[in-house]
Amino acid sequence: MTALMTSPTRRRPSGAAPAGDSGRRGRLAVSRALLWPALATSIVLTQIPFLLTIYYSLQSWNMLRPGDRGFAGLDNYVSVLRDGSFLSSLGATVAVTGSAVVASTLLGMLFAVLLDRKFVGRGVARTLMITPFLVMPAAAALIWKWSILDAATGMANWGLGLVGLPPVAWNTELPMLTIILVLTWQYTPFVMLILLAGLQAQDKDVLEAAAVDGAGALRTFGEITLPHLRQYVEIAVLLASIMLLQVFDPIAIMTRGTGGTKTLSYLLYERAFVGLEVGEAAAYGVMTVLVTIVVASVALRTLFKVFSKEGIDR
Amino acid sequence: MKLTRTARRQAAPAGIAAVALALTLTACAGAGGGGNSGAAGSDGGPVELTLATVNNPQMKDMEELKSAFEEDHPDITVNFIQMEENDLRDAVTKDVATDGGQYDIVTVGSYEVPIWAQNGWLTDLSGDLESDADYDVDDLFEPVKNALTVDDSLYAVPFYGESSMLMYNKELLDEAGVTMPEHPTWQEVADIAREVNSDDVDGICLRGKPGWGEVFAPLTTVVNTFGGAWYDAEWNAQVDQPEFEEAVQFYVDLVADAGEADPVSTGFTECLNNVSQGRSAMWVDATVAAGLLEDPESSQVAGKMGYAHAPVVETEESGWLWSWNLAIPETTQNRDAAVEFVKWATSKEYHQLVGTELGWSRVPPGARNSTYEIPEYEEAAAAFAPITRDIMLAVDPEQPGVAPQSWTGIQYVTIPEFQDLGNQVSQDLADVFAGRSELGPVLDRAQDLAQDAGDAQK
Repeated sequence: MTALMTSPTRRRPSGAAPAGDSGRRGRLAVSRALLWPALATSIVLTQIPFLLTIYYSLQSWNMLRPGDRGFAGLDNYVSVLRDGSFLSSLGATVAVTGSAVVASTLLGMLFAVLLDRKFVGRGVARTLMITPFLVMPAAAALIWKWSILDAATGMANWGLGLVGLPPVAWNTELPMLTIILVLTWQYTPFVMLILLAGLQAQDKDVLEAAAVDGAGALRTFGEITLPHLRQYVEIAVLLASIMLLQVFDPIAIMTRGTGGTKTLSYLLYERAFVGLEVGEAAAYGVMTVLVTIVVASVALRTLFKVFSKEGIDR
Repeated sequence: MKLTRTARRQAAPAGIAAVALALTLTACAGAGGGGNSGAAGSDGGPVELTLATVNNPQMKDMEELKSAFEEDHPDITVNFIQMEENDLRDAVTKDVATDGGQYDIVTVGSYEVPIWAQNGWLTDLSGDLESDADYDVDDLFEPVKNALTVDDSLYAVPFYGESSMLMYNKELLDEAGVTMPEHPTWQEVADIAREVNSDDVDGICLRGKPGWGEVFAPLTTVVNTFGGAWYDAEWNAQVDQPEFEEAVQFYVDLVADAGEADPVSTGFTECLNNVSQGRSAMWVDATVAAGLLEDPESSQVAGKMGYAHAPVVETEESGWLWSWNLAIPETTQNRDAAVEFVKWATSKEYHQLVGTELGWSRVPPGARNSTYEIPEYEEAAAAFAPITRDIMLAVDPEQPGVAPQSWTGIQYVTIPEFQDLGNQVSQDLADVFAGRSELGPVLDRAQDLAQDAGDAQK
């Protein structure tokens, strides 16, 4: 970080040196025109469905009662807020996402530090460690349900039995833990990859200097590596949270929303496809979007801050 | 209601031979049987039918044999779209509810048929079926037909049907020195389950997985026979009544004492797994499970199973009634051709075709009386066919419980709100299975939900 900041010289396209005002305006018009298709596509793909969702959320419409369809005003929103499912789902989402992100980050950090060392078979170990993230979520949930957490034949209970512990009926007794376990398993590699990149970007001279000065491994990690990793941790936590907020598969396959695992995405699915309440589901959707906008704008701003700091520091 | 994919495995090798044979066979059957070939499209041109169906083994068999139909009706081709049960329900509901007109024939469960018929989404098939003496509409199982009839009109034809019964591992019961009566009561079954239960073997397997079609299929039949019901005849919710609570408490206690370890994970497939590996001694579930348990390729208990009527308390029978049916949406442009295909796929000739081409154990069960008079079928399904037939003829979808009800259906209430209601209550019930909450408050909330749904019917 000793290098002076050099302001980047803006490059001009060769041959287009000092063009006149009209020429620049013309080029600007062309570039704007080139933007239009992308902009129009994204408006069509995101804003029109959203407007339609708002329209549906004002309708009273159960798909199986085509005769009773009509304008409902804000009734759907009232029932969303009065029902209590929304708030408890929000709580479940925060609990499930939060715990899984924290656990993934801690484990990811541990594995990243271990994988940062040189040892025989490191490449293989790294590939194996990444695998859980590459498995399709639905497939992962099925593997966990049938091979690992099955009460009678699962590996988890077999392992517990080896150390003399009684078997656990995972989905019935510990639904929340079950989901967090699966999600942690799946997202630890993701966090690990980001942190590993951070570790490998660390200046080896600094570590060497610390060693020469007599700092132990723990001290080096706490005083030098961890501050260096802070930005990477932030990015990893933010991205993992965004991805985990939408989690659906393990809940649908394993706990079916029982025992405090009914997250917002599962609740939405239930209202729309089990309840067939188009209006109510749309209202839940709009509420979810509102909450997400608040969370995302905070999260994205933080994310950009991290990135911009990155740019200045380098 | 759900079938596993075990039977699919056997399909491939027989395939080629089957098609070849099918051609010769239908050439004969077509001449005498249907006799309606050529009645295809109203405009006379070639017709392409789109059929949306659940991806159960029986439906895959139908797709395999469709060439026989197409051979017989050269101007009709049938395209199959196979889906998971939930996807199908979703896709077809959306299509018919929004006048999509994508499908000419749909597979509909018996729960939806009356609801959809009342919405005017399905065409009335009574006339087409009754006018054809060869089709013999009276041969269809009476209770199944009743469940598909609204105001004396038949809106769908059963492709296959099922009830529920008690299946038990004779070996395990013999070891414990107990015998199962042919018409057991729930108390007898519970006693036997607790007696047989050990560290290695569960006394009984009962569904606990949340969902109106999962735990509430068997549990509603238990409620019915305990004298309870979801609603009385005036749509007043009855969930907070003592009979309902007693039945659910009985079920939960039985699972806790002698049932599977992880009830919330356990549905049809999981119980099938447990029983076929000898890890559960008894099981109350769909009659079609028997065919899977008797298949030596997928089951370790083939030939060791005994079958009895579903356990009762206050009613004579407590089996459920379910069928997968073929129906024709109002939006189809090819009604005549669609009727031809529906008639073919549910005809006696089709059952013969399946038997000779694919094997007699694969004939669609629970739809026609005459199926149970085919000697080859009786032999192939000797262990469970007679009792399946008895139960299917004995159950009463119009009054399965003690008190009269205002809907037709046994393990479900035929109102649009029921899948949502059953789903929510079953999720709360998971907390009772886990010991996180008491049954009382759960049923109080269920009563409120049920009353909301009931008020919509008044």
